[in-house]
Amino acid sequence: MKRLSRRKLLTAGAATAGSALLTGCDDVASAPPFRAALDLGEMLSMRLQRLLLARQPLVREYAAELISPDFPPNGTEMPAGFAYFELMISQFARWRLTVDGLVDNPLSLSLDELKAMPARTQVTQHNCDEGWTAIGQWTGVPLAQLLRQAGLKQEARYIVFHCLDEMVRAPDRSGFYYESIDLFDAFHAQTILAYEMNGNALPVRHGAPLRLRVERHVGYKHAKFITRIEAVERLDRIGRGKGGFWEDRGYQWYGGI
Amino acid sequence: MDEQGAPQPEIIRRHSLAVRLTHWINVLCLALLLMSGLAIFNAHPLLYWGHTGHRGMPFLLGIGSKTDNGRAVGITRIADVDFDTTGVLGVSYDADGRALRRAFPPWLTLPSNAGLALARDWHFLLAWLFVLNGAVYLGFGLLSGHVRRNLLPGVDQLRVRHIAGVIWNHMRLRFPRGEADRRYNVLQKFAYLLVVFGLLPVMVLSGLTMSPAVTAAAPILFDLFGGRQSARTIHFVTANLLVLFVLVHILQVLLAGAFNRMRAMITGRYVIRPERTP
Repeated sequence: MKRLSRRKLLTAGAATAGSALLTGCDDVASAPPFRAALDLGEMLSMRLQRLLLARQPLVREYAAELISPDFPPNGTEMPAGFAYFELMISQFARWRLTVDGLVDNPLSLSLDELKAMPARTQVTQHNCDEGWTAIGQWTGVPLAQLLRQAGLKQEARYIVFHCLDEMVRAPDRSGFYYESIDLFDAFHAQTILAYEMNGNALPVRHGAPLRLRVERHVGYKHAKFITRIEAVERLDRIGRGKGGFWEDRGYQWYGGI
Repeated sequence: MDEQGAPQPEIIRRHSLAVRLTHWINVLCLALLLMSGLAIFNAHPLLYWGHTGHRGMPFLLGIGSKTDNGRAVGITRIADVDFDTTGVLGVSYDADGRALRRAFPPWLTLPSNAGLALARDWHFLLAWLFVLNGAVYLGFGLLSGHVRRNLLPGVDQLRVRHIAGVIWNHMRLRFPRGEADRRYNVLQKFAYLLVVFGLLPVMVLSGLTMSPAVTAAAPILFDLFGGRQSARTIHFVTANLLVLFVLVHILQVLLAGAFNRMRAMITGRYVIRPERTP
């Protein structure tokens, strides 16, 4: 008798747990404690990976033969609107990069001025968070150099990249793509602002005239069509406050995985 | 044996608390890791070999769909051979019977809409729980002697004759009784050792190889697996092997006495059935 009731209990328990497992997880994930647990996972991963990367090793660079002949574009392939079209047909002669925010000397640079700066070329692997990968050669200005030239203020903790592609039409211009990284990644030797891909001018579908390469992160961190770089102390007053267009829509800010 | 000499069932302590606890945490982790992993796979349902892989490149396995006379048809392509997998892979149906064009069906993915952001959140959180739980299990297993005493086959179990006998018993679905049932049988030990020291570590390492930050710190992982896409493919194949293991594991539990074995894994107590009297 006792055995039977216990068996019933086990069966009922297993059935409850099973159905909760199958149907409950979608709802559970939006409940605050679980959201906090999911964010804890991101924090743990970032802390551990930062420990592993404390000596700032370079990511693997590949031989030129391994460059993907047909590198797929990630995200926007061509920004909509007349403003970008105008820049594009003038071959970005009137485009300027603004570096401002928490800096001592705000900069405004033309593409030619950027190209005149010491450059770095690297053949690296691009990792989309969807799972695909491609290898490309990128040439550009190390971000660290620009930031040193602009002189970061003490309080600056994040570098925000404002982009020309409007993902979602919004009257308050909140639908433009943006991204952010912290100083740990901003000063990494392979973090560059690329204006060339595979030896040619950066194609429009890959973010012309200027895109970020932040090699230890997945694809969406690599902001394209950059127009402004802003040094900030905190991210919560930009966009919806999570540090990037996709981050504002649920993606993790830390893109090392 | 009782006074009359008739053999009696004997109750032993089969599984330690640490094994039972880590076993059930592992069940939870592997189930949710599988479902969130399949949701991530749905974002790019193609598998490649080497460093790079993207649409337009040759692939080893792909799950997609086509339209045939207005009907959505699910296609699974393995090494250039197409299989119609409509209903489960490539095309599945929602609660209202509408066709969904996605690799794995909603009832297999976490979240059920296969949203990538949330799937990644779940996968990476559970990976932590899985690794920590695995570390507790391994630490306990090695220090307490659980691995040496219970998982490593005894010398007598390694004789070809013995192994052949165990295989023969499995084929006849005859399960051990008495003395032989006090320890795991040799095939069971091989299976557990393969999972604990083979498949699960491969899952962790191939998973880590997909992280660009981890490979920056440990580029040797690329050499170990032959590239990021190879690691991704190995991660997927190994996950399938684990599913196969779990299915066989559950089948064995059902065949060998589900109640006794479930009780053993929950309470620790296990009934040894006496040898059959000739």
